[in-house]
Amino acid sequence: MKYDVAIIGAGITGAALARELSKYELNIILLEKEIEPAFGVSKSNSGIIHSGTQNPSDSLKGKLCVEGNRLMREEIAKDLGLNFIQCGQLITAFDEEEKKKLFEIKQEGEKLGVPGLEIKDRQWLNKNEPNLSKEVIAALFSPSAGIISPYRYVYALIENATDNGVILKTESKVLAIEQKGPKDFEIKTEKEYFKTSFVVNCAGLYAQEIAEMIGIKDIKIVPRKGEEYLLDKKRENISNHIIFPLPSKNSKGILMIKTSDGNPMIGPTAHEIEDKEDLSTTENGLNEVLEGVKRMIPSVDKSDIIAYFAGLRPSCGKDFVIRYEKNRDGFLNMAGIQSPGLTAAPASAAYAADILFKNGLSCAKKKNFKKYRQRPIHLFQIPLSKTEELIQKDPSYGDIVCRCEMVSAMEIRQAIKRGAKTLDGIKFRTRAQAGRCHGGFCTSRIMKILSEELNISPLEITKKGKNSNIIKRIK
Amino acid sequence: MKEREIVIIGAGPAGLAAALGAKDKGAKDILIIERDQYLGGILNQCIHNGFGLHRFKEELTGPEYAQRYADMVKSAGIEISDRTFAVKITNKKEIFCLKPGEMMKLKAKAIILATGCRERTREMIPIHGFRPSGVYPAGLAQKMINIEGWIPGEEAVIIGSGDIGLIMARRMIFEGMKVKAVIEIMPKSRGLRRNIRQCLEDFSIPLYLSHKVTKIHGKERVEKVSVCKVDESFKEIKDTSFDIKCDTVLVSVGLIPENELLEAAGGLIDKKTNSPVCLKPYQTSIEGIFSCGNCNKVYDLVDWVSRDSYEAGGLAAMYANGELK
Ligand SMILES: Cc1cc2nc3c(=O)[nH]c(=O)nc-3n(C[C@H](O)[C@H](O)[C@H](O)COP(=O)(O)OP(=O)(O)OC[C@H]3O[C@@H](n4cnc5c(N)ncnc54)[C@H](O)[C@@H]3O)c2cc1C
Ligand SMILES: Cc1cc2nc3c(=O)[nH]c(=O)nc-3n(C[C@H](O)[C@H](O)[C@H](O)COP(=O)(O)OP(=O)(O)OC[C@H]3O[C@@H](n4cnc5c(N)ncnc54)[C@H](O)[C@@H]3O)c2cc1C
Repeated sequence: MKYDVAIIGAGITGAALARELSKYELNIILLEKEIEPAFGVSKSNSGIIHSGTQNPSDSLKGKLCVEGNRLMREEIAKDLGLNFIQCGQLITAFDEEEKKKLFEIKQEGEKLGVPGLEIKDRQWLNKNEPNLSKEVIAALFSPSAGIISPYRYVYALIENATDNGVILKTESKVLAIEQKGPKDFEIKTEKEYFKTSFVVNCAGLYAQEIAEMIGIKDIKIVPRKGEEYLLDKKRENISNHIIFPLPSKNSKGILMIKTSDGNPMIGPTAHEIEDKEDLSTTENGLNEVLEGVKRMIPSVDKSDIIAYFAGLRPSCGKDFVIRYEKNRDGFLNMAGIQSPGLTAAPASAAYAADILFKNGLSCAKKKNFKKYRQRPIHLFQIPLSKTEELIQKDPSYGDIVCRCEMVSAMEIRQAIKRGAKTLDGIKFRTRAQAGRCHGGFCTSRIMKILSEELNISPLEITKKGKNSNIIKRIK
Repeated sequence: MKEREIVIIGAGPAGLAAALGAKDKGAKDILIIERDQYLGGILNQCIHNGFGLHRFKEELTGPEYAQRYADMVKSAGIEISDRTFAVKITNKKEIFCLKPGEMMKLKAKAIILATGCRERTREMIPIHGFRPSGVYPAGLAQKMINIEGWIPGEEAVIIGSGDIGLIMARRMIFEGMKVKAVIEIMPKSRGLRRNIRQCLEDFSIPLYLSHKVTKIHGKERVEKVSVCKVDESFKEIKDTSFDIKCDTVLVSVGLIPENELLEAAGGLIDKKTNSPVCLKPYQTSIEGIFSCGNCNKVYDLVDWVSRDSYEAGGLAAMYANGELK
């Protein structure tokens, strides 16, 4: 069989494109090298649905960011049952010089179409952001910005896409692509061969390697590392908005971030590195983050930190590179999807789909496209009275597995039914093991449930796929 | 909302002893709430000897010690609700619990918190580097080996020389693993002398004092750790760094009292220790809410947990029938 489109990479970019194209009468395959989707850049970022400020007004990423933000607010959160929280953002100024810059950022944002921008004075800040440093004299308020769980966003897109016929193949690393003619490709993965008319490269940090497979040499991905540190949920109300300093040359700076699960987060750093797998955190990174954020919110304390991670922005120059390769008819690159790639994803997908249609992909709409995806239930998101009703219907909602984050056996089983295969997959979907004890209490129980549901031995259970097994022997 | 005289949260050694103390001081209606399906708390995974020397004048294993108390509680006719997880308490002494098929709502005259503690994690130190599989809190490794029979790896390094880390060193040797080193940042071990002798020296396991792990390596599974010597202010001493190859890292860097229920109800918590602020012994800042065992302060010996918790239970009973001023 020949597919119409093969999408390489099941991060946010590939997932959003898969869902977009699943609205049409097309045979689509989504190929992912990892054991689960969202294990690349899309799992380790700030989770901000940016408003679009801090981007040049003539940039592609700026335009797609503003549109992606609108789509989230007006359609996607509702259609896909996502916990999007529109908390708004503040960019802070510490002196008159900086305040002038706020006006410039405001103007540039307005050119891009960012709605509702306003400069707020000290009085407003006293009332609406009480923990903010008294040294901040003004801030640019951007009401359309918000937060989301990035991996759950990817899972939602993929669940809806596969519900609409997209075929997802995980543990399917693309090793070679052969172009046999115009709109005629053969893709070789670790296990199989696939024929397809169109190929879309959404491989994140590895977009360069994929492009090189068909001889495209001008895509150079430079990883830029960002370390992030999560604070205890007890500090949930440390800020009411996402708080930024003025942007620097190559990043938006160290932020006070809110997350949709409650834990505040501080970061990220921005340093170019060489190794595309170097997700290590460092003492220097931690110090840089603490220093940066304490300038804005002095009460942040090192002892509030309960978790940390690093992510790598797949940068390729200053902007996204979404480009149809005329000399490789049928091949579309979506490379250099650095920040704000999470926000832009649905808009990038629509933009990419349009390019494909212009180049001959059939655009007959599906009559029975299923727009909605059923929202998974998370006890930590609902009041106890609701939990009580659920338990009466289904007893295993009352069987709490993760005590720090209150996750029931039912939620873990549901996550597995929706595709979780690993401990990290369970963590990303349900928050079990993501709290203050880091799985000290619940890991063995989760392993037993995984082993039962997937019918595998505990020996085969991994943290995040190949070679990350948890145990070596059973007595 | 069901009214009860005394509700105890947690059926570890603290909760069990508190129940007996309350009963002996005249409480008629006692309910113990326990998340797990068995009684005895953390003792169930401590299959080594050394419990009960003071309390019973004999050397018992953890489960044996737990069994004695479970038997006493049962023969005293005290009610236990197992697989029941207390999710919320209030300053009006209401208790909300989840169990399979049911949400229990109770109102007590006195509450006794006996929820134990959790382990500090690598994230809290923090130990930098990669986050592969193979890094476990020591208590989790103990549970995997002793309760599930799951052996986590081949070659381990242990971070921290507290008693749990020491006991796990010996345990892993017994299970055929290699223990390459114990790394302790302090100039002296916090562990009991007899544990250092019986768990490390007898097996020639090196203990590196005034050393710390600076980085965990390995993208999928742990491959090695970087270790260096530290000065009095715990800063790395230049040119002392070396690597130890291993596939498993146990983190045994202390325990933290679990007091999130109390904190959410508005009770005062000492920021440094995470213990409740108690003006009088075992009495939290919320009147009628008592605290004992490891959630009150971290104990080394279970014998003292039992002794003190028995007393706390008695106080709660006196409070409930109006005898405590
Ligand atoms: C620290 C940090 C903070 C950020 N914060 C934000 C933010 O707040 N808001 C925002 O909008 N954006 C943010 N971003 C940017 C955002 O995370 C990225 O733009 C986005 O996740 C990129 O998604 P992607 O799908 O293009 O890449 P990825 O998620 O990396 O997806 C690519 C996928 O391709 C797979 N793959 C690679 N090679 C192959 C192969 N040969 N065969 C098969 N599959 C392959 C990978 O395994 C991966 O799953 C941040 C980024 C970082 C690093
Ligand atoms: C790993 C380890 C090894 C040890 N080794 C020794 C030793 O060798 N010798 C020695 O004398 N002492 C030892 N100790 C110390 C001793 O075992 C402890 O001090 C003692 O078990 C503490 O008792 P506890 O009842 O306070 O806590 P735990 O034993 O931890 O019991 C707490 C109970 O509360 C339950 N619980 C918690 N929260 C809730 C909730 N919200 N709802 C319902 N139930 C809840 C838990 O499930 C648990 O059963 C060790 C301790 C540990 C952690």
